[in-house]
Amino acid sequence: MKLNLKIWRQKGPDSTGGFETYMVEADEHMSFLEMLDVLNEQLIHEKKEPVAFEHDCREGICGTCNMVIDGRPHGPQQGTTTCQLHMRAYKDGDTITIEPIRAKSFPIIKDLAVDRSSFDRIIQAGGYISVNTGQAPDANAIPIEKDQSSRAFDAATCIGCGACVAACPNGSAMLFTAAKISHLALLPQGKVEHTKRTSKMVAQMDKEGFGMCSNVEACEVECPKEISTDNIARMNRSFLGSIFGSEG
Amino acid sequence: MSLESNVPKGALAEKWTNYRSKMNLVAPNNKRRIEVIVVGTGLAGASAAATLGELGYKVKCFTFHDSPRRAHSIAAQGGINAAKNYQNDGDSIYRLFYDTIKGGDYRSREANTHRLAEISLEIIDQAVAQGVPLAREYGGLLANRSFGGVQVSRTFYARGQTGQQLLLGAYQALSRQISNGSVVMHNRHEMLDLVKVDGKARGIITRNLLTGKLERHAAHCVVLATGGYGNVFYLSTNAMMSNVSAAWRSVKKGALMANPCYTQIHPTCIPVSGEYQSKLTLMSESLRNDGRVWVPKNMEDVMAIREGKLKPTDIKEEDRDYYLERRYPAFGNLVPRDVASRAAKIATDEGKGVNKTGLAVFLDFEAAIQRYGNSEAISKGIANPSKDMIRKMGKEVVKQKYGNLFQMYEKITGDNPYETPMKIYPAVHYTMGGVWVDYNLQTNVPGLFALGEANFSDHGANRLGASALMQGLADGYFVIPYTIGQFLADEIRTPMIDNNSEEFVEAEKAVAERIDQILSIKGDQSVESFHRRLGKIMWEYCGMSRNAEGLNKGIQMIKDLRAEFYRDVFVPGREDDFNPELEKALRVADFLEMGEIMMADALNRNESAGGHFRSEYQSEEGEAQRNDADYAYVAAWSWDEGGNHQLHKEDLVFENVELKTRSYK
Repeated sequence: MKLNLKIWRQKGPDSTGGFETYMVEADEHMSFLEMLDVLNEQLIHEKKEPVAFEHDCREGICGTCNMVIDGRPHGPQQGTTTCQLHMRAYKDGDTITIEPIRAKSFPIIKDLAVDRSSFDRIIQAGGYISVNTGQAPDANAIPIEKDQSSRAFDAATCIGCGACVAACPNGSAMLFTAAKISHLALLPQGKVEHTKRTSKMVAQMDKEGFGMCSNVEACEVECPKEISTDNIARMNRSFLGSIFGSEG
Repeated sequence: MSLESNVPKGALAEKWTNYRSKMNLVAPNNKRRIEVIVVGTGLAGASAAATLGELGYKVKCFTFHDSPRRAHSIAAQGGINAAKNYQNDGDSIYRLFYDTIKGGDYRSREANTHRLAEISLEIIDQAVAQGVPLAREYGGLLANRSFGGVQVSRTFYARGQTGQQLLLGAYQALSRQISNGSVVMHNRHEMLDLVKVDGKARGIITRNLLTGKLERHAAHCVVLATGGYGNVFYLSTNAMMSNVSAAWRSVKKGALMANPCYTQIHPTCIPVSGEYQSKLTLMSESLRNDGRVWVPKNMEDVMAIREGKLKPTDIKEEDRDYYLERRYPAFGNLVPRDVASRAAKIATDEGKGVNKTGLAVFLDFEAAIQRYGNSEAISKGIANPSKDMIRKMGKEVVKQKYGNLFQMYEKITGDNPYETPMKIYPAVHYTMGGVWVDYNLQTNVPGLFALGEANFSDHGANRLGASALMQGLADGYFVIPYTIGQFLADEIRTPMIDNNSEEFVEAEKAVAERIDQILSIKGDQSVESFHRRLGKIMWEYCGMSRNAEGLNKGIQMIKDLRAEFYRDVFVPGREDDFNPELEKALRVADFLEMGEIMMADALNRNESAGGHFRSEYQSEEGEAQRNDADYAYVAAWSWDEGGNHQLHKEDLVFENVELKTRSYK
């Protein structure tokens, strides 16, 4: 299939960017990133600079790839990262617009690559259980109800890709932050520090310049791991609890 | 050079405990002024950096990723072994040790492997305490499943995302140390060389991948946790950026590359679909708990399937060859990876491959769907359930166990594995070989340590499933925090290492010249095209089956390809900019040397062992034939700047295990 690509090109963080148009020949079995590989090989062959985009595992779990395709983070398919999106979702002659995530807290590095280190700093603010190596009791000492553990897991599947921020009109990181808070809060091991953790992580989120929750829930729709906005409700309850002193 | 393993004396089961109790310690006040560099933030690196930070060392940690959480440990699916014996099915530390030694075809160090089995218990405890949501039973206790090459259920798991959850646990522990200042994290910094001062490893040269700036980082010692070299094959289950450069640069500074020919070809991956393919995707070995591997018995059926005239479900039961169950009745579909991969190759070499390229076999879940459906009907008290009802309930159980893997398969292939068998084929997955280390995980360069997949020590010639996560975390959480003291206890009077010394300046200059050289070739071929060609040479001559003639040919082809690379590669962009093509070029340049040493090692090893199968050395039944009299050694290779390599041997001493022909029949 022949495709027209409109891709955002930007030399560096302080340069002005703009769309460039390219033609590429693709195969329906290719992944979206393999289609971009073909374009880049073409550009290198023409001695031009390839399109910078970030990627690594190409199996939907590392969270490195993160572009916005026709206005949607990771493209048109529900529950799918860009690397898992395959070209059978497109047809001959389609025009595809590809741009970086646009959010104040994710500055553009070059072309489609953005800086998401703000996510790391939110985790560093308290997204962990304070246990040193060697301090653990036997793993079966505390039974955890299967459904409860499963809900913790659902929140823990976040891959830190930033699609939630890209989807939100306010560029909010509520879903990312809430997923980690929920994951830990739902487990007995994480309960101990829960209130303190919530207030520290929320404070860091604000400090990084992420916006307030827009309540449109686009984050849940675009999340490649389909993490629920219920987690945001849980975070809000415990954040209020951390202020007013009631159990979250 | 004589290689001293430094395995402590005494009974096997007591070596580690006794050694640990008598080891040199570094007092807390001294730890505060000792600096440690950790390169890599996968399971081994993140757990090591976090734990060393907790102990009070000043840690500097490096990753080329934008965040420590992206390391490729994140993609491990199936599980992590531990000899907890929670299932009461006869497991023990000794049995885990024995299975691992046997699984590795008797080519690993006894004492290292036993230590790994001992530590396995503590890893699970630590992970649960960190909040890793491992799978649980209805009673709230931890669940287990089986993996290849063993007859007990000792694998702990977190759906098909065990690596992700364990890595996030280690990442969170690391984040905690970053927040309290014990660890200084350098994201997007790639190690491009090792710096030695007076023979000891004292630092690294890195490139800031955003600005291109070269930096000199000094410390009292250097820990490599930089993963494996599977990407030398171009197509593998590794992530796109996984590379050998940190390890290879260390080899060029005097470390040794041990057993590089031991590569693991994983039997269950999604087959190659076209020339544009950039990587291969694994389907977890756990699927072989419930999936049955087969090809049609008759060539007419094979052809009809390839041409789309018959569907796999049309083939009658009696016309299917469940070849693993037939050849290996004791272990069936759960034979170890090397055995399962070779059996798939034999089936496709006979022309039985079931896709257009002839390079795929079936992995079928229908029997499991029926079995689970029937058992659900009984437990729900449904009398005379309809066939549809049984399938529906069976599919639900399979979905709970492997849902994310089935979904991933469908996304990539467009086929629904609940209704038609998966098509799978072996692909490069893991490298057992790696930097040579002693019992302390120290290389032959004093002060240079290697952990996890980057070292060679625990898996011999073949790694059993769910053992990589175990080893990475064992090394990082529970081995290096102790053994590093053996080196550092003598360094407490060493002042801070000066990164302006001549050695550092020289090393930085050499890196700058190397980058300049590659950028100034300005040839006509892309880095990617060279990498692809290297991969094809490696797969053809150093893949699932090797022989002396092919290896000799392959070595020459790599030398020629390397010369062509330095003549005709084109790398766009500048050195002082975010330039992924330059990063790739530097990595491929190192692969072009690594590939040669792998072939040299494979040529030297005149036997078949684990993942290394030499077609000249096989039994009448086509099984691997070891030669214990001549090859029960670790082959550790040096490589000098002129490309001359030399073999150094460490004899493997087996005091507890009798070397037998490995049988899974």
